Amino acid sequence: MLTLIFKRMLMAIPSLIGVVIVTFLLTRALPGDPAAYFAGPAATKEAVEQIRVKLGLDQPLIVQFGRYVTDLAKGDLGSSLTTGQPVAKEIRARLPASAELTLLGLIVSMAVAIPLGILAATKPGSMIDHACRVITTAGVSLPVFFTGLILVYLFYYQLGWAPAPLGRLDIFTSPPKSITGLYLIDSLLAGNLEVFWASLKQLILPALTLAIFSLAPIARMTRAAMLAVLASDFVRTARASGLSEFTVIVTYAFRNAMLPVITTLGMVFSFLLGANVLVEKVFAWPGIGSFAVEALIASDFAPVQGFVLTMAIMYVALNLLIDVLYGLIDPRVRVEA
Amino acid sequence: MKRRDFLKSTAALAGASAVSAPAIFSSAKAQTRNETLLIVSESGPNNVDIHGVGTNVPGYEVSWNCYDRLISHEMKTGPSGQPYYDKDKFKMELADDMNVGDMSATFKLKKNATFQDGTPVTAKDVKWSLDRAVTVGGFPTFQMRAGSLTKAEQFVVVDDNTFRVDFAKKDRLTIPDLAVVVPAIYNSELVKKNATEKDPWGMEYTKLNTAGSGAYKVTSWTAGSEVIMERNETWKGGPLPKIKRVIWRMVPSAGNRRALLERGDADISYELPNKDFVELKSAGKLNIISTPFSNGCQYIGMNVKNPPFDNPKVRQAVAYALPYQKIMDAVLFGLGKPLFGGPEKAVEAAWPLAHKYNTDMAKAKALMAEAGYPNGFETTISFDLGFATVNEPLCVLVQESLGQIGIKCEINKIPGANFRTELNKKTLPLYTNVFSGWLDYPEYFYIWCYHGNNSIFNTMGYQSKDMDALIDGAVTAAAAGDKAAWEKDVKGFVDLAYTDIPRIPLFQPYSNVAMQKNVSGYAYWFHRRLDYRGFSKA
Repeated sequence: MLTLIFKRMLMAIPSLIGVVIVTFLLTRALPGDPAAYFAGPAATKEAVEQIRVKLGLDQPLIVQFGRYVTDLAKGDLGSSLTTGQPVAKEIRARLPASAELTLLGLIVSMAVAIPLGILAATKPGSMIDHACRVITTAGVSLPVFFTGLILVYLFYYQLGWAPAPLGRLDIFTSPPKSITGLYLIDSLLAGNLEVFWASLKQLILPALTLAIFSLAPIARMTRAAMLAVLASDFVRTARASGLSEFTVIVTYAFRNAMLPVITTLGMVFSFLLGANVLVEKVFAWPGIGSFAVEALIASDFAPVQGFVLTMAIMYVALNLLIDVLYGLIDPRVRVEA
Repeated sequence: MKRRDFLKSTAALAGASAVSAPAIFSSAKAQTRNETLLIVSESGPNNVDIHGVGTNVPGYEVSWNCYDRLISHEMKTGPSGQPYYDKDKFKMELADDMNVGDMSATFKLKKNATFQDGTPVTAKDVKWSLDRAVTVGGFPTFQMRAGSLTKAEQFVVVDDNTFRVDFAKKDRLTIPDLAVVVPAIYNSELVKKNATEKDPWGMEYTKLNTAGSGAYKVTSWTAGSEVIMERNETWKGGPLPKIKRVIWRMVPSAGNRRALLERGDADISYELPNKDFVELKSAGKLNIISTPFSNGCQYIGMNVKNPPFDNPKVRQAVAYALPYQKIMDAVLFGLGKPLFGGPEKAVEAAWPLAHKYNTDMAKAKALMAEAGYPNGFETTISFDLGFATVNEPLCVLVQESLGQIGIKCEINKIPGANFRTELNKKTLPLYTNVFSGWLDYPEYFYIWCYHGNNSIFNTMGYQSKDMDALIDGAVTAAAAGDKAAWEKDVKGFVDLAYTDIPRIPLFQPYSNVAMQKNVSGYAYWFHRRLDYRGFSKA
């Protein structure tokens, strides 16, 4: 197992180098001019030039790239001009916010989608199967910002049940001491139930929004995988041997249907992490997606590069984790490095 | 599962997810709530120092409230009864006394004034701060230059408590320029302590920390999500503000900012779409204050260096073909001050003034024929996507209207990061933009936008000897205090700008602020950001 992990990490290096080069070139190929943007609307040509020199953008591309790589080797991702902070610090602060939201959204989604998918598969063509189809189609076809705004309108504006959509905590609660960066976990570690409750309340609506959106792939994949497994010989044998329906479906069938579901989960997670910009915007969530998009709009190179690099690393790690999980779930699977 | 069971279980699920939660302020917190101001806006600062490289506009707001200047402005009553800064009357802030001579101004500093760390404010700090503003380059240096403040030698320490500014030349903008956001006074010892060889002005330190003597100090700042400012209990720049704590949260979704206001959770917001402001105003639950931008307008610009807009007849045809009233109604929902359909000639020496053009298709068509374009031509109209809520519908209306006189426009949407660059090339044939100046003087606007010295704001590439003579005349007359000559020249250049019409003013945009009924003390400033020092909550 350890050799597998080590080999896979080695294999990831060339792709990461590729990512570094491509993002560097792509950000430079963007049409915007960061010097003109940050010199502000009232800047003269000389002021723009002064800023260009300060940012090092007057240097040839190769020199800029050399500087970027040297900084990167020292762990310095540069500074964001839009927020004025070092990119590494921003990502450290924002990644947990996105991760916490995405994880919770995914857990809620799984809690609904997997049972739904299993039920739909056991009774294809039934009421529950149609309901599954309708719910997932509706969930995936409603744009997330729309679902988010509807939820805010209903539960905050109309009913007043949800707290104000003001980010991770209401304004009178201070965040727990940062250990993992996930407020739910940190507040429990610190034994502060008040903060736990406060941050959970802030999380409910955005997590629900994400969950509604990600129901479809998980439920559909569970259903399809279960259908295939339920039609196989060993399930028929298990039923013929008089095992209870629950044992047949959960212990035998579902375990075998889990591989594709896990793959989908991994994909949905990494997709949501980077792509929940709209949810972050609606709920004023200080996450990584909105950070990257804002930087992109302002032609702010460093955060964009840092974001893509972080995402690439996360993707590699996640894929590795899923491969390891495969081996645990199904001993027949051997992942060759 | 039976259908009935399913319905039952979903109902139970819905009930379970509807966990009741109180609004964000509980009654126990009411006391602090009264002294806390919660502001929500779209974007926040990227730097709390206005001298910084690329400090954005929200950053100006922090600087304004956390630093003092030598002088500031008195208040007068604005167009709709709100307090409005008085550009002609100065108020002492860090200075105790100002004595303006012929070629210099001398300031006595308040004796008991201290920085937020307790060190007294001395003339040395003042000199260091103004030296910094004229030296660091970029926006602060540019703004200082607008008041003929360009060299460190102009700033003289007379003694610990006395400071003198020597004028480079007679310029009536010099004193007003000392009351804008840029010439803030920094705690020079504190900043120097945190400076490095590579960064002699300590810009890295002040980017994240406030080092002033102002009424507020930043106690916590999470870029992109929140700024918290606390009152400086020993502030000497004026009466102690009523608000103890300012919490400024960034809420990117305009819909949610509105919901927060209507639910009573947020105290103040600006940067809402015009439609929302109009609806909030008619709902009557909140106080909405709209003030026209001082010395600013949104306009349609035309590139006069290249055909077809090098022909004044074509420009006049466009001016007669624009759908002015439709823009006011459908784009601004009435939240703007019209700048069209005015008298034939300027009746007062002021700016902005309405021009004589109004929508008149017959006249426009006749002018197009006279200009030699009876069948029109094709062109593009460009706008800044960063302000798309106004610009996009505006350009669609213009496109539709110009189509009626044969001008086929293609709409060119330019992302915010790129718009300045494109505009500064001065090659866009037709575009819309806003210009507004901090210093509210007609000649200031004209130097930047119409003068033949071709500043970056003369985006039309407009050149006219007569125009230059009138503008220079007004500047000289103002410096000499010759009011009659100044008025004549101002009226002259406004008339010329409207006959030649290289840019067509559409309206003065409104600065809109929505606040709870129990919040009072909002004042309009030239920088259009909030001044927390005047606010109070009932």
